[in-house]
Amino acid sequence: MNLQISSRLAIFALLELAVQPDRQVSVAEIGKKYGISSHHLAKVMRALSRAGLVHAVRGAGGGYQFSGNPRRTTLLDVIRLFETMGPANTRVGAAERTAAARALRELLGEIDDIARATLGSVTLATMLKLVERQRAPGRRTAAGARSASAG
Amino acid sequence: MDVIAQTRAGDDAVAVRRVRAGDIADVIALDERVTGLAKPDYWHDVFARYGEHRLDERFFLVAEPATANGPPAILGFIIGEVRAWEFGSAPCGWVFALSVEPRARLHGIGRALFEAISAEFAKAGVGKMRTMIARDNRLHLMFFRSEGMMAGPYIQLEKELD
Repeated sequence: MNLQISSRLAIFALLELAVQPDRQVSVAEIGKKYGISSHHLAKVMRALSRAGLVHAVRGAGGGYQFSGNPRRTTLLDVIRLFETMGPANTRVGAAERTAAARALRELLGEIDDIARATLGSVTLATMLKLVERQRAPGRRTAAGARSASAG
Repeated sequence: MDVIAQTRAGDDAVAVRRVRAGDIADVIALDERVTGLAKPDYWHDVFARYGEHRLDERFFLVAEPATANGPPAILGFIIGEVRAWEFGSAPCGWVFALSVEPRARLHGIGRALFEAISAEFAKAGVGKMRTMIARDNRLHLMFFRSEGMMAGPYIQLEKELD
């Protein structure tokens, strides 16, 4: 599945801030690390601020500070600020009233349900642990292991 | 002494040990408080199967305060076993029940139970553990994710029987 760019930026920014909740981090600093335009990121940060997940610190050395609860804020909570996690297929027309289309919608709905359950069960605190695992040298991901056994 | 692990959970020390027959009334009451359903026959059967037999591969663990200043009380329990070759899977530890007293949550009791059964599985010689959680059970999903569990290579399927 794909996330909209704003959702991805929001997750990256929140992880940057949540790992050091006492530190103020500027939009430019986050933008530089992820190669993101400061303009786009600033809009994302304002949305996160309105949601109470970050707060702006003004003045010299200002920026943003994390103000959410990393153990209670899930990826789904963040994503829903920027996009609707609804049914993937909302087309209208004669074909959509057919049994084949309904069967396809049911199957795609199953995939959506699993995606929502997954994103709704991973908190920012859990994500920070996953980020650490990715940094660990010589680690083997489940996906990597599957590819290896399939290949 | 049958304590498997002792840890600090919030401000209090918590001990994890194997279940005893005298704990089952507490287990039944805790499960009823959490699920809203009383299942005494089920829990007596689970005790007979997981608390008394094949203890080298079956683990029914309970958490309780390490210092008994008041009446003994079970703060939570976890149950699992080593299963081999079901669904084509190599021997693996399966957790099929976890419950923590609602008033004692967010104090590390679930983690203490999880770590204790992980250690028991490892001692039993398996290198992986699994569980299955309802998609709408956000609390358990968040907990097991926070303990490092990820989606595995199996997909659960089911069918209504008309």
